[in-house]
Amino acid sequence: MAVQGENRPAWIGLTRVVIQRVLSALLTLFLVSIVIFIAASLLPGDAAQEVLGQSATPQQVAALRHEMGLDQPAITRYVDWLVAMLSGDPGRSYIADMEVSDLIGERLRNSLTLAGVTALVSSVLALTIGIVSAINRGSKLDRTLNVVTLSLVAVPEFLIATIFVLIFSVKLVWLPSIAMVSPDASWGDMLRSMALPVLCLTFVVTAQMARLTRAAVADQLDRPYVEMARLKGVPFRRIILFHVLPNAAGPVLNAMALSLSYLMGGAIIIETIFSFPGLASLMVNAVTSRDMPLLQSCAMIFCTAYLVLILIADVVAILANPRLRS
Amino acid sequence: MSEPVSPAVEVANLAITLDLPDGSSRPIVEDVSFAIPKGEVRALIGESGSGKTTIALAMMGYSRFGGTISADRIRVGDLQIQSMGERELRKVRGSRIAYIAQSAATAFNPSRTIISQVIEPLTVHGLATGEQAREKAIGLFRALALPSPETIGDRYIHQVSGGQLQRLMAAMALISDPELIILDEPTTALDVTTQVEVLNTFKSAIAASGATAIYVSHDLAVVAQVADRIVVLKNGRMVEQGDAASLLQRPQSDYTRSLLAAARPVERGAAEEQAQSVLAVEGVHAGYGKVRDGLATIPVLSDVSLRLSAGSSLGVIGESGSGKSTLARVIAGLLPASNGSVRLNGELLSPGIDGRSKEQLRQIQLVFQNADTALNPVQTVRDAIARPLAFYHGIKGAAADARVSELLEIIQLQPAVAARRTAELSGGQKQRVNLARALAAEPTVLLCDEVTSALDTVVGAAILDLIDDLRRRMGIATVFISHDISTVRAFCDEMLVLYSGRAVETCPKPAFSAPLHHPYTELLVDSVPELDPEWLASLGGQHVPSLPETPADKSLCAFLPRCPVAVAGTCDVLPPPLVTVDGQRMLCHQRGEVPKNEDAGAQP
Repeated sequence: MAVQGENRPAWIGLTRVVIQRVLSALLTLFLVSIVIFIAASLLPGDAAQEVLGQSATPQQVAALRHEMGLDQPAITRYVDWLVAMLSGDPGRSYIADMEVSDLIGERLRNSLTLAGVTALVSSVLALTIGIVSAINRGSKLDRTLNVVTLSLVAVPEFLIATIFVLIFSVKLVWLPSIAMVSPDASWGDMLRSMALPVLCLTFVVTAQMARLTRAAVADQLDRPYVEMARLKGVPFRRIILFHVLPNAAGPVLNAMALSLSYLMGGAIIIETIFSFPGLASLMVNAVTSRDMPLLQSCAMIFCTAYLVLILIADVVAILANPRLRS
Repeated sequence: MSEPVSPAVEVANLAITLDLPDGSSRPIVEDVSFAIPKGEVRALIGESGSGKTTIALAMMGYSRFGGTISADRIRVGDLQIQSMGERELRKVRGSRIAYIAQSAATAFNPSRTIISQVIEPLTVHGLATGEQAREKAIGLFRALALPSPETIGDRYIHQVSGGQLQRLMAAMALISDPELIILDEPTTALDVTTQVEVLNTFKSAIAASGATAIYVSHDLAVVAQVADRIVVLKNGRMVEQGDAASLLQRPQSDYTRSLLAAARPVERGAAEEQAQSVLAVEGVHAGYGKVRDGLATIPVLSDVSLRLSAGSSLGVIGESGSGKSTLARVIAGLLPASNGSVRLNGELLSPGIDGRSKEQLRQIQLVFQNADTALNPVQTVRDAIARPLAFYHGIKGAAADARVSELLEIIQLQPAVAARRTAELSGGQKQRVNLARALAAEPTVLLCDEVTSALDTVVGAAILDLIDDLRRRMGIATVFISHDISTVRAFCDEMLVLYSGRAVETCPKPAFSAPLHHPYTELLVDSVPELDPEWLASLGGQHVPSLPETPADKSLCAFLPRCPVAVAGTCDVLPPPLVTVDGQRMLCHQRGEVPKNEDAGAQP
């Protein structure tokens, strides 16, 4: 076996990977923007029609179309949008008659807060459940956790949300059932109003992450190096932290990235139930009103969030695995 | 035992039972007792399932699959292992009793530096600070003759070789100055040439440390080199024990005699000479990656040629990475050769499997090394064998059943086996079915890729006998790939020695005992342990490379860096010539008369 990459610092290989990934992420974003644009054009009706409603005369619609630039060929509209986007201007909403960046700004902050808090809670929970189950494989505890996580994966989130509202808002009256977030609310108020959406989303994503964590850790626990460590008298806690986790990091992080990416766009049902002013509901509105600039921008944000998460997972996995580093 | 000094290790009436899921329990070790005086090396020897590793691990109070250890006494020094709890055992493991595993490649954590794991026995038991432990580890690396001892520990396992890893693991065991070291087949995963070096190191390291040792192995010849006394085990019971030399010379039990017989394959006569050449491989180059000008980016085989007639058998030998399996894959068409030709009955074969006709595919059959993975575990034996019958011969239904029974008879299995799933069979049975699957196609060429390396010696010897018998009776030309030169010498009519993808020597059977071989062949022959306790000691350190520096010219002899007879001025300047001496063909400057210019050079 040749000694490879011994003298090359790890960061050179890593930088190359990151650059490659960023480039392919940009390409993905570009392709996604085309797909979204085509998909939206296939929908019947357009923004002008939506604004004027059923009773408008064809002349009125045509006039508004001209004003909005909708009478331009699709390719021109797309290129115009792309060029504007590249220069940092996501354009103006057709419907709200506001800058898209202003429309999105606050919603994005809300969505990121919701996703961030949920990610924090659910990752800690999922890792704990996954590791505890893997260590106690086959025990009662493991089987119970298994049944609970499996059932949670199977229950649709609107049902969980409804049940929670029933329990915490209607019966116990502990938490508000509507998550109204005002920009000048204190952190405490915000967390309180977000508690139920966070709880519901946590239930949805934790189960999946916990199951994959369990599988990855259990796989490592069967490796001979774990037996070797036990025969060296290494304490169990150290075996898990020092030996097992670095090796399980790759698959666990990838599972987490996949689950967490759901928290941005996939939160639509939760946002709707709790009237949470997030980005996902804004995007749904953009679809119904055929508001292309807004729709495209939301899609780009979701796609970016997903790609960033995957990139982070890959980079950390590479850092944890010396074989990938060189 | 009536020794005045009490032995360092004492085991009395050890039994280990396995609790089965249905609530019953099965004994896997019964009635084992032995005592080891301080500083002695005791070998536990037996085949898989003999309980040798299970017994050795019981010395640490550890049982692999949740087995229950019970014993009147397991004493190591003043430790009464049998009555210690998990907490106390943890303090003893790695500090007073150390373990060396079979495969260092899997026993080291791949994502931690080696030294961080080597020092763990000291640091987790609070016996030294990290800094002191590092210093001690580096001292041990030096004592174990590891290259660049100061820095080798900072590497990861994929950056060091197998032999080095095994020595690093020895350092991990020795670092806490244990009073008992358990070595579990520590050289089994190594090439023979590496095994010799590692055995030597282990032997002197154990002697220097003064520790008592238990050496677990299936290989009598290896054990003979290191052990003072040997315990022979079968099915979890002791068959006999005695001091190494007398046990090898005067075995008391039939079982030990069968182990000894299997370790020494009996030489077979050459097959009857057949003029007709069946398989001809000419100047084959193959490798991985992009192919440019007939050469792959990562070349594995360079300019390999061979010729095989009906019923004869060619042994292909070399260490891991020499390209043995690649050669079989090239002949079978699984890896298309980047250059050169493969001919079957004079007919040029397409390099890849896609371009070959069904008839051509049928005639060349490959028996894979590992029957565990080559057979589909949910298929029945009948299905596994009937598939090629239907595919190549269109035999189906009752006719197929009859043919499956015939084939089972040929490979000496009961007809009833046909209904069982392949996963239910033992290792030896699986390998027989694997062979029957290949025979079902009625091949003219059978490629056997390390078919016995995953099997116990006795079982493997029976498979070898079977293959040898079949090729003689049915006239099947056999390419027999092995890392074990004594097997090849016993069973094959011709031997092809591969070294880093080049055929450094081809040698017909009459010349096997010729005085001179290629230096690499000689190294291989000398590295095979003999059933003689003095063998390792008699070897000394004779295989020292004669040239200190090796120029990195690919046309030069690849064996140069390890060659003990290389001569400066020729070997490190000119490509090795192909010399022919009485049928032996060798790529070497130092063997035979070098013909003038025309014939010189490995490549045309």
